[in-house]
Amino acid sequence: MSTAHRTDPGDAALRGEPTPPRHTGAVGQRTPLIDGIEKVTGRARYTADLPFGQALVGRILRSPVAHGLIRGIDAAAARAMPGVRAVITGEDFAAPYGVIPIAQNEWPLARDRVRYRGEPVVAVAAIDEATAEAALRAIVLDIEPLPAYFSAAEARAEGALPLHEKKVGNIERQVEQDFGDVDAGFAAADLVLERHTAYAEVAHGQIELNAAVAAYEPEWGRLTTHSVTQVPYYLHLTLAQVLGMDASRIRVVKPFVGGGFGHRVEPLNFEMITAALARAAGGTVRTQLTREEGFLTHRGRPATDIRLKIGMKRTGEITAVDCEVVQRGGAYGGYGLVTILYAGALLHALYRLGAVRYRGFRVYANLPPCGAMRGHGAVDVRHAFESLLDEMAGELGLDPFALRRANLIGAPYRTLNDLQVNSYGIPACLAWAEKASGWKERRGKLPRGHGLGMACSHYVSGSAKPVHWSGEPHAVINLKLDFDGSITILTGASDIGQGSSTLLTQVVAEVLMLPMARIRVIATDSALTPKDNGSYSSRVSFMVGNAALRAAEELKRVLVTAASVRLQVTPEEIEWEGERCAVVGTDKSADFAQVVEAALAESGTLTVKGVWSTPPETQGGKFRGAAVGSTAGFSYAAQVVEVSVDEDTGAVKVEHVWAAHDCGFAINPLAVEGQVQGAVWMGMGQALSEETQYHEGLAIRPNMLDYRIPTIAESPPIDVHLVESLDPLGPFGAKEASEGALHGFPPALTNAICDAVGIRLGELPATPDRLLEAIHLRRREQRQQARRAAVASAAPAPALAAPASALDARASGQSMSAAASSEAAHVASGGRPVAPGGAR
Amino acid sequence: MKRDTVGKRLLSLTVNERTQQHAVADNALLLDVLRETLGLTGTKQGCDGGECGACTVLVDSQPQLACITLAASCEGRHIETIEHLSTHGRMSRLQQAFHEKLGTQCGFCTPGMIMAAEALLRRQSDPSEAQIREALAGNLCRCTGYVKIIESVQSAAGAGR
Repeated sequence: MSTAHRTDPGDAALRGEPTPPRHTGAVGQRTPLIDGIEKVTGRARYTADLPFGQALVGRILRSPVAHGLIRGIDAAAARAMPGVRAVITGEDFAAPYGVIPIAQNEWPLARDRVRYRGEPVVAVAAIDEATAEAALRAIVLDIEPLPAYFSAAEARAEGALPLHEKKVGNIERQVEQDFGDVDAGFAAADLVLERHTAYAEVAHGQIELNAAVAAYEPEWGRLTTHSVTQVPYYLHLTLAQVLGMDASRIRVVKPFVGGGFGHRVEPLNFEMITAALARAAGGTVRTQLTREEGFLTHRGRPATDIRLKIGMKRTGEITAVDCEVVQRGGAYGGYGLVTILYAGALLHALYRLGAVRYRGFRVYANLPPCGAMRGHGAVDVRHAFESLLDEMAGELGLDPFALRRANLIGAPYRTLNDLQVNSYGIPACLAWAEKASGWKERRGKLPRGHGLGMACSHYVSGSAKPVHWSGEPHAVINLKLDFDGSITILTGASDIGQGSSTLLTQVVAEVLMLPMARIRVIATDSALTPKDNGSYSSRVSFMVGNAALRAAEELKRVLVTAASVRLQVTPEEIEWEGERCAVVGTDKSADFAQVVEAALAESGTLTVKGVWSTPPETQGGKFRGAAVGSTAGFSYAAQVVEVSVDEDTGAVKVEHVWAAHDCGFAINPLAVEGQVQGAVWMGMGQALSEETQYHEGLAIRPNMLDYRIPTIAESPPIDVHLVESLDPLGPFGAKEASEGALHGFPPALTNAICDAVGIRLGELPATPDRLLEAIHLRRREQRQQARRAAVASAAPAPALAAPASALDARASGQSMSAAASSEAAHVASGGRPVAPGGAR
Repeated sequence: MKRDTVGKRLLSLTVNERTQQHAVADNALLLDVLRETLGLTGTKQGCDGGECGACTVLVDSQPQLACITLAASCEGRHIETIEHLSTHGRMSRLQQAFHEKLGTQCGFCTPGMIMAAEALLRRQSDPSEAQIREALAGNLCRCTGYVKIIESVQSAAGAGR
């Protein structure tokens, strides 16, 4: 049902790009996951599966009030209950936390004040669930309600009570960035359009429930925590901070993790609460949250309002961009300031832009805190951008593909905001998506209700500057070689299903020309493995892959040297073939066991190291916030979506997706396809059906039935084509493949809906009710228009004004009020935005 | 509900061909008995009850959500979990296909997905794509976009032909 393709091997050579050395072919092969068998047999142990015997059960009491002062917590009855071993509050923590070192304003359990419904306030550990729950029921909270704000507009309104000290207007972070002469850019434009779009808040929806197990050894003052984290290192740092413990007394282990998508990048309150309970109880505490509590922990993509204005020449060349983004960030800082910076930064680096003005506002509100979610910060902005390009293409009578091609950049390229583009596979992505989808032959010729839409996207391969700027390398890998001839990769990289452990094994096997079966991976146990910055911002393949490449090269150097000693020649004379090596031009050789013996003879068990850091020129500019968006390698993608729209119900069916992704080089094409398909599909959920919803701050869709992620029944075939642009800094040329394809789906979808029925919603997701309302609204307008036309006898409707005059009107910066699209035959009010509906 | 007010009974459960008697609370869910009493943690919990399909097991070859099934209702019936599918060190053809075709990424939905697919292949050895979609519509996966899950089931069905 789906097909996968790769570019011809000659493509890179044709473009004059370097081809990396290839050895055994361990990289570039479709490789099943090295831990796949454990997953399909049920042997894989996730946090909730770990055998810890009769651990205590942790439970959390949450605020029933959206905003209020904590006047008192009466837990005396709970503490006195038989079987209750610990009851803790915010007073039991030493410090607040936050994933960004300069924005730490959250306590694991609320202190003094609660800021959202569902915020943890008290926690208990008891001998079993029933006792823990009885203890929660016995606790009396005295909370004095304060005014609460559930939308960015309410929170920003004059006189609104700040959620946090010194945050007047509840603005967590305001961003003002100007690159180039924006006003001159608009003045030079032939067409200027401005649109407003509202985006619903969405959640990660990873299938594994949140869980943590913490074991405290009072005799040693030591803590061991197993958790579902994507970034064990952040959790480790944060546990030390909030518990007031020396970090050396803490061990963090990540077992199998059932998906992350950004939910588990930040250290999460339940992990700290479980650890604090374990310390208070002097034992082992196991906490598993409900699905509802997972939604309250949240850290999802914020509700976002975007005003976007683009200026363009008749040729399609973009002369200026003016964008304002307002994100409703929820009650605490979390990743907020990074999210609002990403939204502006990634306006850049996809197309050549004349000038860019960005205004961003991250706003506090009395709702669960938002955070990083797949495509962090850039998904909604990319939708706004690609939608407006589509509309402007229609206005100018340009094909959407042609419009993109009018704005291509060429690598290497330095963007206006100092981002470095070293490889750029968009042309090949466009070419494939256009051809595979039959775009030229089919677009505009499909029956009514059917449509094709396209969009491009891009994303970072790891943030070039880590959040905790310690000066250490960005990635470290250790390789252990022992007497048995086995090689163990010791890595802190978190495999959360994306296949990073498999990729690292492939890289090491490739360099050493050894079978993968000789290589094991031990990952994410702070007592054994080197620190890693974790699985976020699609950094692992690029950064840890590079470290693994270097570690393997170092081990190879050691082995070749040992072989040369054994064979009594110089290292240069050794021809390395992995399981065997030979002396060039002779019949002298040694097998791997002999070489290992020689290598260990002097030193014993060997551990070599590989490290990697982003080069300074990829770390962004010098202005405030410049680090966000900077990366050593951008991935690129283009996709076409085909839809059918039922105009009687407003239901949209995605018929087919063609996704081309420039991943630099596919170290594991099987996994890359899986990542691209998963990303495209997650974009589909956001675009069609997913949204959180609150009533007076109460989450009213905190389950997998009301929060509608697509099922297999409505999920389309997704054809994937991998473009290999061979990035000069990526390992074997590889770049990210897990996020960049997501951004393109929502705009390709809504562009396809517009192609099908001529309607562009002013909000996302494009749920049946919203679309149906827009269809009905258009029908009413058409009837009114017909009546007016009848009254005024047979005068031509304004919608049929000549394109040239429409262009002139738009060039003055006015919003379009009636379409004059050349494709307007079936689009009586095509391109007309529908005002955002529901209040948020 | 207080613990001491819930009755217990000696329940004879046949799980993965092994019949054993367990003292089980009347309100105990099959999921909890499998995971906590029997240590069969291959069956997963992904929601608050009947939302996600991760806990799908077979009861007399029919797919059933263990998280909303009373253990007491399974007396005398044959329960099969993911641990039962591989025998003598060999994966079942569905397990093999999910592994080779990458029908699993994070792996959390996988046991339930494979059990639902197993039930399908037992009653329909060569299902159409539409039948696969229908049979797995109650099993959510957040990683794959389902494309490679469908390919895995098709591949397993083909291997069984």
